Amino acid sequence: MDVTILSFLLLDGLQNGVVYGLLALSLVLVFAVTRVILVPIGELLMFAPLSLVWLLEGELPGTLWLALALGGAWALMARGRGALLPLLGGVGLFLLFLVAQGRPFLAHGAVVLLVVYLGVATYRVFFQPMRGATVLSLLIMAVGLHVAYQGLGLVFFGPEQFRPAPLLSGEVMVGLSWQGVLVLLFAALSLAGLYLFFRLSLFGKALLAAAENHLGARLLGIRPEEAGMVAFAIASMLAALSGLLLAPLINAAYFMGFMLGLKGFVAAILGGLASYPVAFLGALLVGLFESFTSFYASAYKEALVFLLLVPALFYQSLRARTVEE
Amino acid sequence: MKRWLAALLVLALSAMAQEVLKVGVVVSATGPAASLGIPERNTFLMLQEMLDRTGGVAGRKVQFIILDDASDTTQAVRNTRRLVEEGVVAVIGTTTTPASLGMIPVVAEAKVPMISLAASKDIIHPVDAQRFWVFKTPQTEELMARAIVADMVARGVKTVGYIGFNDAYGEGWARFFEAEAKAKGLQVVASERYARTDTSVTGQALRLVARRPDAVLIGASGTPAVLPQRTLKERGYAGLIYQTHGVANPDFLRVGGRDVEGTLLPAGPILVAEQLPGTFPSKRVALDYIQRYEAKYGIGSYSTFGAHAWDAWLILKPALERALKRVDPAKDLASFRAALRDEIEATRNLVANHGVFTFSKEDHLGLRFEDAAVMVRIEGGRWKLERTFR
Repeated sequence: MDVTILSFLLLDGLQNGVVYGLLALSLVLVFAVTRVILVPIGELLMFAPLSLVWLLEGELPGTLWLALALGGAWALMARGRGALLPLLGGVGLFLLFLVAQGRPFLAHGAVVLLVVYLGVATYRVFFQPMRGATVLSLLIMAVGLHVAYQGLGLVFFGPEQFRPAPLLSGEVMVGLSWQGVLVLLFAALSLAGLYLFFRLSLFGKALLAAAENHLGARLLGIRPEEAGMVAFAIASMLAALSGLLLAPLINAAYFMGFMLGLKGFVAAILGGLASYPVAFLGALLVGLFESFTSFYASAYKEALVFLLLVPALFYQSLRARTVEE
Repeated sequence: MKRWLAALLVLALSAMAQEVLKVGVVVSATGPAASLGIPERNTFLMLQEMLDRTGGVAGRKVQFIILDDASDTTQAVRNTRRLVEEGVVAVIGTTTTPASLGMIPVVAEAKVPMISLAASKDIIHPVDAQRFWVFKTPQTEELMARAIVADMVARGVKTVGYIGFNDAYGEGWARFFEAEAKAKGLQVVASERYARTDTSVTGQALRLVARRPDAVLIGASGTPAVLPQRTLKERGYAGLIYQTHGVANPDFLRVGGRDVEGTLLPAGPILVAEQLPGTFPSKRVALDYIQRYEAKYGIGSYSTFGAHAWDAWLILKPALERALKRVDPAKDLASFRAALRDEIEATRNLVANHGVFTFSKEDHLGLRFEDAAVMVRIEGGRWKLERTFR
């Protein structure tokens, strides 16, 4: 083990860790606001780069029809004035996709909007109607959606991997590509962005309030549905952007969402599904741990990473209090 | 009235059953192994069309009952039970090794012959009471590992590293490759694992590079096999890189791009059929299969995996014809199945897409690596025949 190898491993762990971190933050945020453990976040991450590949080849990706179908269901459920947002959004999205075919710059924006629209529609159609349900029912729904979305991913994009071109090609130095720098930069920016959003903007504060205490927030005029939608929108945007930035480094395929999401989940659990900073640090820990175990004991890597859960769960079980709001 | 109708229906169905020879097929048309399973399913659809046109085997209609196991062992076992109850004369499938292993007890209990389309040697070796009923068409890791090591020795390689999937595929390759390498005097300096869904193999690649092997074998299949090769290149590895025949599909070239140029791999002869010397036994059969498949599914659509399915039918068809002369399946299905199994085992010198099959009591694979493997190099985004072992 010399310094070069050490630095490579550190960089590699960091690069993966920040992506797990963003997913962990999204999971914590969505859980806090809606009590949904967003298992399909990995699928949302995977939809973005694969849709991009399709769009750049001049084809409309299947995810667009999925989003429009869910948007239609959303409009039907909302009816009246509330149906305006999904309908206009859907039409706008469709037109944007028609224009963006084969145009890299527009296409990137289009797929991010697509995933955000899809994420919000998912919340509106599947989770909002079961708002009062137990965490377990919500989890069952989330797992069901994960299985369905992964299956749809296979139908839309086929079984093989795809590799979009990197936004920035070339290497800064040996072991760190410009694309890797982009991933790190994006993580830092989103961290700062989220921090400012929750500290300074009224909306962010309202979201935190809704996360803290649903009933209290409602008494103060914060609508939990709206808070849920915003939480889903932020989570899907982070997932989509991470997916786009990560895909040139890792080869995207329909099945990779789950493992990424699961490692984000491990990190979120390390933070007790409640603390943002601990979840993010936990994610960095998972990334670094993974990178070093893959060097020293590659055959047992996965098992060792998930073994990290045991002490975390033990700790959580010691300090758990059974207080329902 | 309803009962009458039902009784009539049953009568009609059983009358039809006497006419039609049912062959059960299980493939992984969806799930992670779909890129292998889809060409296999397509091949059977194509065969069905052909048999409907030409009138089947020995004057009897043949019906393939094709079920999808979604790359899942439980589903494969359930499908097999269903096929046995449907009264199939034989089962072909399935695509993956674990699921094929799961099907063995079912067919052995029901005494139905089975031809697997999966790679591992464990499916047919050793030929015990259960595997008595099981045959397979794809080359084993052992066979292909022999080809790789032979090529390495010919190139003067002294030290080798290995990185493969941490599942049955990668472990099987590790076992047979490392044993064969040691037997031929090569030194195995590193043996690493990674998961199909991994997003980074930097740690493993660094370890390999640090040991400086002359050659590295990547024991992986499909597009997930690109990641270690690319990482090795990025970390400055300049030695020879070998892949297994599990990457021999166009998607690997598409995702790999320039990173996989110069890769060496063993493959079934059909992969480079038109480049084979005229004396190579499989050449004509393979060109015929490719032409039929491309006529139906488009130019460049064929893969080596669909050819394994075709090989299974090449073996089954003459065995069916011979067994039909001995026993009438409509009268005694059980002894027909037993006769069919014996006739499959009696197959001698059958030239197929992937080699020449000669089964025996101890050998239910029936391939010799000289006929069943060729070395291929990736050059300009195409498969180029490097050498044969004949």
